[in-house]
Amino acid sequence: MLQQIDRVEGLQRVNDFVVKFANVNGSGSASANALFAKAVLRMGVTATPRNIFPSNIQGLPTWYEVRISEAGHLAARGGGPDLMVAMNPQTWKQDVTSIEPGGYLFYDNTKPIPADKFRPDIVVIGVPLTEMTNKAYSDSRQRQLFKNIVGLGALSALLDMDPAVIEQLLGEQFKGRDKLIAANVQALHMGRDWVKQNLDCPIGLTLRHADTVGDRIFIDGNSAAALGAIYGGATVCAWYPITPSSSLAEAFSRYCSRMRVDKATGRNNFAIVQAEDELASIGMVIGAAWNGARAFTATSGPGISLMQEFVGLAYFAEIPAVIFDVQRAGPSTGMPTRTQQTDITICAYASHGDTKHVLLLPEDPYECFEFGALAFDLADCLQTPIFVMLDLEIGMNDRLTKPFDWDDRRRMDRGKVMTAEELEAGKLFGRYLDLDGDGIAYRTLPGTHPTKGAFFTRGTSKDRMARYSEEGADYQENMERLLRKHNTARSLVPAAVERKSDVPTRLGVIYYGSTSPAIAEADLLLAEQGIHLDLLRVRGFPFGDEVEAFIAAHDHVFVVEQNRDGQLRSLLVNELEISPKKLGKVVHFDGTPISARFITGAIAACTEKAVS
Amino acid sequence: MTFLAKPKLHHPELHKNSLGYTRRDYEGAISTLCAGCGHDSISAAIVRACFELELPPHRIAKLSGIGCSSKTPTYFLGASHGFNSVHGRMPSVLTGANLANRDLIYLGVSGDGDSASIGIGQFAHAMRRGVNMVYIVENNGVYGLTKGQFSATSDKGAKSKRGVVNSDEAIDLVGMALQLGATFVARSFSGDKAQLVPLIEAALKHEGAAFIDCISPCVAFNNHEGSTKSFDYVREHNSAVNYLDVITERPEITVDYAPGSVEMVTQHDGSTLRLRKLHTDYDMHDRVSAMTYMQQRQAAGEIVTGLLYVDPNPRDLHEHLGTSDTPLNALHEDTLIPGAAALEKINMGLR
Repeated sequence: MLQQIDRVEGLQRVNDFVVKFANVNGSGSASANALFAKAVLRMGVTATPRNIFPSNIQGLPTWYEVRISEAGHLAARGGGPDLMVAMNPQTWKQDVTSIEPGGYLFYDNTKPIPADKFRPDIVVIGVPLTEMTNKAYSDSRQRQLFKNIVGLGALSALLDMDPAVIEQLLGEQFKGRDKLIAANVQALHMGRDWVKQNLDCPIGLTLRHADTVGDRIFIDGNSAAALGAIYGGATVCAWYPITPSSSLAEAFSRYCSRMRVDKATGRNNFAIVQAEDELASIGMVIGAAWNGARAFTATSGPGISLMQEFVGLAYFAEIPAVIFDVQRAGPSTGMPTRTQQTDITICAYASHGDTKHVLLLPEDPYECFEFGALAFDLADCLQTPIFVMLDLEIGMNDRLTKPFDWDDRRRMDRGKVMTAEELEAGKLFGRYLDLDGDGIAYRTLPGTHPTKGAFFTRGTSKDRMARYSEEGADYQENMERLLRKHNTARSLVPAAVERKSDVPTRLGVIYYGSTSPAIAEADLLLAEQGIHLDLLRVRGFPFGDEVEAFIAAHDHVFVVEQNRDGQLRSLLVNELEISPKKLGKVVHFDGTPISARFITGAIAACTEKAVS
Repeated sequence: MTFLAKPKLHHPELHKNSLGYTRRDYEGAISTLCAGCGHDSISAAIVRACFELELPPHRIAKLSGIGCSSKTPTYFLGASHGFNSVHGRMPSVLTGANLANRDLIYLGVSGDGDSASIGIGQFAHAMRRGVNMVYIVENNGVYGLTKGQFSATSDKGAKSKRGVVNSDEAIDLVGMALQLGATFVARSFSGDKAQLVPLIEAALKHEGAAFIDCISPCVAFNNHEGSTKSFDYVREHNSAVNYLDVITERPEITVDYAPGSVEMVTQHDGSTLRLRKLHTDYDMHDRVSAMTYMQQRQAAGEIVTGLLYVDPNPRDLHEHLGTSDTPLNALHEDTLIPGAAALEKINMGLR
């Protein structure tokens, strides 16, 4: 019992700390961890979990970090955890080392651990989880699974959590299986009771009921994007498994089986094909979209690389396609389970030839849903590939987000598709004729009319009537029209969102995607230091006028992003012809999510340099 | 090269099919391939097959990859939508198109470079998925557009026009299609219209993955002494196992007749294939023995042609996926979008 609570004065924090669970992959810890995060949310306290998982399947380390913040901060805090739940002997050393000074270490002390394996400046809490579960259960699988719940029980007592909240969650999770509920509740209290009888509790980190969650929902971005595809009217999904995007296609499949199966016939109002590779998946999307279905694929950077030729074809042949890119680093064995914003350039200029593509940059699951649905309208309207740029941070972590909403009056905008009636009535059809001056021509779908409107789809060797042509003038005219179309897209993508500082300032920040919550928090920290910033969150490419105006209105603009080269910054320089000197590069690219601490430090340092 | 439109004028007494179309209505632009190219004969066979089957041209979608063969869809079915996609990737584009609208007829045209080299993966996977299509490889054993390099179907020992001997083993697409589960597998020769036209018709009527490997000599780069894909060589080594007629509900089609024992095969759509067997020992319903037979005859130096395998009741990709009878591209908001109330329910479950 000596090791149970040390004599260190631990951190004292209420509703504002970081708990990290160090687990063994495949041990069933994930659901208990998620239960912890959900219980915090049910107590009305903002909690943001993150899966930190190397690219392995079973038996190897995995972590789950939960930031608890009554102030509502959703970004990774940075630094080590305040409480480490160390359940994996393999990573013991690094886990113990990472704890913040004065922080807490929770571990299973069934087997004694030598004193030199601890740190003198942390509070050590030993609970004999294995001993308890071995005594209570005979089956080895039960022992393993319930150990997680016993541990959660122990933790809940140490942090002074409301057990009723956890019990209710267990009830919801195992609804209709009363025996399972009772067994879990029993395990929960086994842990709670032991801690209460044997240790001083609560510890210095405590949770109490608050009201910061509101009506927000808790979901991962990949699922939200998949739901967006459902509401966007997507019927064809062709994909190839790749971390961190696989769960998007799988979520689409799940939602389809719930919401897209015809009740009368049992037939599917969707088709999902797991293709043989990313080339085939984008090929199928292009074929389906050419033929009038709303189609998408989900992939990540290496998949984007493989799709380049086809993306070019879709751009030049003007075929709607939606590509969800859940970004990570690359290639192949390239940090597949770490987050980055590294595909901005490759997507913006994907493929050979002169190409420019439309990107949507969601900041959270709410926008993953919104932009997920919007992407299909944009693809149809612009007859071009649309990239929805998620990243692992948004895609694979549950996040507190605004509830989804939908207006039942909303109709799908299928863009300029000429119908059999219009053709019959003699409306002029030329596949690449710019009748409206917006660069967007009318298309027809195969099978529309017996004698009118058929055309041959190919790359760039064509004239405006879609006849084969290698004439320079035809090529150039077509390329210029595509540029006009790209310009039309500027007003169709979601506009950038500006937040002005309360104090007038000449400094601006441009950011996008998953960097968003870290910026919001950094803004507060920097304001405390007297550094005031106007913020502009870019939500799409090509850039709207507001982006140019924002840069013009400031002396210096920091572009904060999660890649090495400042890819969005390069786009700004290239597309808006901004002097690079005006755009400060603030980049975070170690594969972990960007934190407010990092941004604050980087911007404060730059500002000091600028002042001195 | 420019687009050459074919004059629309034609003889006023040209025969019309029951839809009121003449054979000319199934034609496309004037071919820009070399004079005498085998591919043009295949285009003509496609035109004739579609005319005779009385298919509405606009209900056919023609797709291709890249290469001489893949240029040909411009030269037939001018009233059909066409898609000249990227090299070796026609199968995926066709698969996607088929998923979007199961009511059209899909005709994929490819070549030996397009399907056996760069596109061998997509070829294989389209076959094993059972995409309802006609997939024709216009097989000349050579890269024509890039001027005469060997392709992966060139036979080992074949000599190129420049005198280089091919040392690589040939890929046999028929063998692959059989092994991968295509439900209609045939080989033919662009110079044998009597065999090819009914094969294309039968494939068009087949409701599953139909593959035709059509040897189609390249007059510019692979029609010389020492080539195994020249007109002379193919004529000499052609060993047809059968000839067939396709009998729809409409009047019987008459073709050059050669006597032999006859087998009738009723396809799923009601059409009947009448096979005039030239080799009575050949069983085209047994995939395994078909493969063995092919291997044996090929080893003996024969080019086996004819309808090599057919499953009269195939299941296609839509059957496997359980997709709705209404084409996916014809579904509207009411069917596709679950609405605000359903979304609110989802929200409730996420708190």
